Amino acid sequence: MRKWLVILSLMLMCAATPAVAADGDASAEEEPIDVSGIIFEHLKDSYEWHIITIGEKDIAISLPVILYSKLSGWHFFMSSELEGSDGYDGFHICQTGAFAGKLVETDYDGTEVKPLDFSLTKVALAIIIDGVLLMAIILMCAAWYRNHEPSDAPPKGFVGLIELVSMMVVDEVIKPGVGKEYRRFAPLLLTLFYFILLNNLMGLIPIFPAGANVTGNIAVTLTLALVTFFTVNVLGTKGYWKEILWPDVPTWLKCPMPLMPLIEIFGIFTKPFSLTVRLFANMTAGHSIILALTCMIFIVARMGPLIGTSMSFVSVLFMIFMNCLELLVAYIQAYVFTMLSAMFIGMSRVNEEKKD
Amino acid sequence: MDLLTPEAGTVFWMLLAAGIVFFVLIKWGFPVIIDMVDKRNEFIEKSLGAAKAANEKLAGIQQECDNILKDTRAEQARIIKEATDRRDRIVADAEQQARESASKIVADARTQIQMERDEALRGIRREVAEISVQVAEKLIIGNLSEKQNQSDMIDRMIDEVESIRKK
Repeated sequence: MRKWLVILSLMLMCAATPAVAADGDASAEEEPIDVSGIIFEHLKDSYEWHIITIGEKDIAISLPVILYSKLSGWHFFMSSELEGSDGYDGFHICQTGAFAGKLVETDYDGTEVKPLDFSLTKVALAIIIDGVLLMAIILMCAAWYRNHEPSDAPPKGFVGLIELVSMMVVDEVIKPGVGKEYRRFAPLLLTLFYFILLNNLMGLIPIFPAGANVTGNIAVTLTLALVTFFTVNVLGTKGYWKEILWPDVPTWLKCPMPLMPLIEIFGIFTKPFSLTVRLFANMTAGHSIILALTCMIFIVARMGPLIGTSMSFVSVLFMIFMNCLELLVAYIQAYVFTMLSAMFIGMSRVNEEKKD
Repeated sequence: MDLLTPEAGTVFWMLLAAGIVFFVLIKWGFPVIIDMVDKRNEFIEKSLGAAKAANEKLAGIQQECDNILKDTRAEQARIIKEATDRRDRIVADAEQQARESASKIVADARTQIQMERDEALRGIRREVAEISVQVAEKLIIGNLSEKQNQSDMIDRMIDEVESIRKK
């Protein structure tokens, strides 16, 4: 049924194309919609948390800006001070170049210098909100377990759901990945899983306090990957380091020219890099597609009532589909990140004796 | 494009916030849940074992019950049979005894009767003899005064004696 509706809408669109061409000249006078600008504005971090624009009025949450400049020391002010175009306290938001969208100050010789920026930005605030939410959820569940005996009936409702998901992750991801030491790493990996899952899901809800693109921010995914990186390399066993520096390959591959050790050492860094980019790219892509589909409504709205209505209808259908897909992706990416982390940790815990 | 360059400030906030979240949840969050689930699984396993053992025990008790019941039935049948036998024997014995004592009583009675009859006969005979003697005395005394009479009487008496002898 839905398939036919989509096809019908597409046919309507094709039939109306000549009319659009004719209409296009008339509407060309209007300011074109900057789709990529809108998408990037939503994907990127910002100094304030913009909620909605009603008419000409922007409603946004003002967030603290914390800067350290080598020229003028510490600065602390609210982002609402930046609303004027000439900036505040010598700082202004850079429009072009490498620092576009960031606060910069102008040096004595006229160049733009980026200060150390510790501002509590939209993403930073979202991390804190999601973190508090996650702690509240998990500690609430933990409290249930503290107040019950093992002989009691298993939990129902939300606590039961958390237990179900946690045990699924433990049994299907952590146990096979890490091996027999799984108990030691299960809390860490579960926290990783839920942190990513909650941030992914919160990113899909469009209204404050959710809606920030946290896991689509490369700094966030980098930090998460560093958690895995340090767990793997700090707790790596002798066997793990032996496999990197002196792997079981023919000697000519490692003796005069340390070919394999080089590749393995390179691998140490590519693993967290792949984790970083995978999560970042998946979330960014999902958000971009949903935003693009949303923008399409505003573009086609200018093309006349018939095409506007039919295409908006198609667009909404696609958005529903994409949101369902993103729900799935939110889960899958958290799952994959946890699975790969578990496997990397498992690989770093090998025993030398077991390999022989 | 700055979407791809990690921002130091975000990393700082992420380290701070996520660090706290990770610390709290690793220390007080998930171990509680995992421990509890492990303990519950252990408990369930133990309970299953106990239930199995109890079931087996119950089956054993049932078997024992059946055996006892069977034994009791057999015992009951045996006792009833024995009682019946004993009753039959007692009845038979009693009958036998009764028969014996009855025949004895009858035999005794017969001898008694015989003896009494003999006694009575003897008495009668004695009395008859006495009466005869007295009658004879009187007759003799009355008749022997005439000669004819005397000879008649002797004849008659001889006849009588002869007829008795003939009998």
